[in-house]
Amino acid sequence: MDNATILLVEDDPNDEELILRTLRSMGLHERATVTRNGREALDYLFHAQRPPRLILLDLKLPKMGGLEVLQALRVDNRTRLTPVVVFTSSIEQTDVMTSYDLGANSYVRKPVDYREFSDALKQIAGYWLNLNMPVPDRHDRH
Amino acid sequence: MHKNKGPILLVEDDEVDVMMVQRAFKKHGIDNPLHVAESGDRALALLRGENGQRVVPILILFDLNMPRMNGITFLKELRADPQLRALPAVALTSSSQPADRETAFEYNVAGYFIKPVSYEQLVELFGNIGRYWQLSEHP
Repeated sequence: MDNATILLVEDDPNDEELILRTLRSMGLHERATVTRNGREALDYLFHAQRPPRLILLDLKLPKMGGLEVLQALRVDNRTRLTPVVVFTSSIEQTDVMTSYDLGANSYVRKPVDYREFSDALKQIAGYWLNLNMPVPDRHDRH
Repeated sequence: MHKNKGPILLVEDDEVDVMMVQRAFKKHGIDNPLHVAESGDRALALLRGENGQRVVPILILFDLNMPRMNGITFLKELRADPQLRALPAVALTSSSQPADRETAFEYNVAGYFIKPVSYEQLVELFGNIGRYWQLSEHP
């Protein structure tokens, strides 16, 4: 299985398109993999040879919600160190609190405006993929 | 776009680095109130309001190499405190120690950055960090 640099967990086709279009403008879309629900995301992650550099996680997902995904990621040795940015339209403060509590590295609200949405994503990708030092590779991570 | 103007806590014992962060924020128009603690234990005291003043930051920037309580110990204490454990905390260092990095991510750092040697790059980095966290939600 190929290794994504960035894993999207996103069920909204419009948001997916906008995210991919923005990543394309940054030359990153070929390194992105899309999963459309929580189960699919975990299935991908637990079978990938190497974890992605970044997981972009929506909260409102079918089958298994984003918070449940986060919880599952943080108790598994293959994924517990991987940076997770919650990228969602939820403005509930309990979602923000619970996400950080469960081990999200950052939480960014999806702006409604098209251009702001794209700008926010550019900042997320720049911060986590270009500036941040990646989690060190481990041979014994399984 | 809404901008988060809450306070930022910088945990840094090096005065020059503190000045750099202040300058970088100023240059990039990041006008969040900046609180400085020169050690991990002072930062914890400030976060817990032990000396009267209590700071609830939107972001903590902490250096890994500090006397008395180093950055990793500070991070562990932060994550062990139910009142503070959710706070986003960014690790800053002058070296790339894989062991530290792994521990930092184990305790959910909000980023791990090596301080560039050049002044321009340093200003650029802190500007980017500041802007990113103005965009983010905080607990």
